[in-house]
Amino acid sequence: MNANKKTPFGLIVLFLILLLLGINSGEVAVVLNKATKICLSCMGLG
Amino acid sequence: MPKLHGARLMLTLRRWIQTLATFLSNAYWLFPFNRNIYQGNLKSICVPGLNCYSCPAATGACPLGALQNFMASLRPGIKADQHHFGLYVIGFLGLTGSLVGRMPCAWVCPFGFFQELMNKIPSPKFEIPKFATYVKYIFLALFIFILPFLVVDEFGYGITWFCQFVCPAGTLEAGIPMLVLKPELKGLIGLLFYNKLVILIVFLGWMVVSRRPFCRVACPLGAIYSLFNKHSVFRMSHDTEKCTRCQSCYQNCPMGVKIYEGANQHDCIRCLKCMQESCKFDAISYEMDGPDMATGKDRKASL
Repeated sequence: MNANKKTPFGLIVLFLILLLLGINSGEVAVVLNKATKICLSCMGLG
Repeated sequence: MPKLHGARLMLTLRRWIQTLATFLSNAYWLFPFNRNIYQGNLKSICVPGLNCYSCPAATGACPLGALQNFMASLRPGIKADQHHFGLYVIGFLGLTGSLVGRMPCAWVCPFGFFQELMNKIPSPKFEIPKFATYVKYIFLALFIFILPFLVVDEFGYGITWFCQFVCPAGTLEAGIPMLVLKPELKGLIGLLFYNKLVILIVFLGWMVVSRRPFCRVACPLGAIYSLFNKHSVFRMSHDTEKCTRCQSCYQNCPMGVKIYEGANQHDCIRCLKCMQESCKFDAISYEMDGPDMATGKDRKASL
């Protein structure tokens, strides 16, 4: 397998690890907490 | 004839997927009755396109909004021994980018879809200068990472700079509908809102006369995905020997990409219009992890 073919798979493994680390450290709940509240700043109101 | 038929099929398929993705990202239709946003568990999942999570109908989380929130609360989080670096969002975006590069922009981004529809309004059309397409990387670095992390209040919290000062999708999908749903919010309208309204109006006009201006000039999400375009599993391929530089691909491209100047440029969103609708010389194909999967003959035969 040449370097060009390896790169995407290396990236996939790297970001999959980051994703799992994020999930493991409770970041899913943090995202849920923010996303379920009305974000006034997103609307330009706060 | 087979190629024409295939082109129409591909266009129809993409439109259906774009429509479906827009409805799935905004599938909470109870908001007119309870006058609130969706607050269920699906909101913990990031959507791959730009879709404000304060949109009353939104069912998922905007990855850009989530990422800015992580950056904005990084310092107090570390002090409180809560190490949330936004790896969940970075991992999700990186994984998507590694697989398909900027493809979500063409197939599942509701705001990209909206821009394509706006550009169908008959008007004189203008091209966006190439240097302007690099401005999105400034937005990405400054408004998503640097400013939310560095500019903080006395408690160490930053703000979501892109959402607050720029994002026209937030104004269109959340700001205006929420003001209709919750008239009591009208008291909060100030300079900030008018600033965002002007940005929205500028982009709305620009969408009519130029192809996907927000995606090309200002979208930090597209900027993130574009970093993977050259190294994703799914890539575009261009045969310089077959290409006659007729520019048909460029004229048809929703992003104004000249693929004959290099496949997998940062603005290529892999909509496949160039391959299916434009090129008569089979100079454009796609590849997955190296070998060509759909070069001229095979593609024609399969359609």
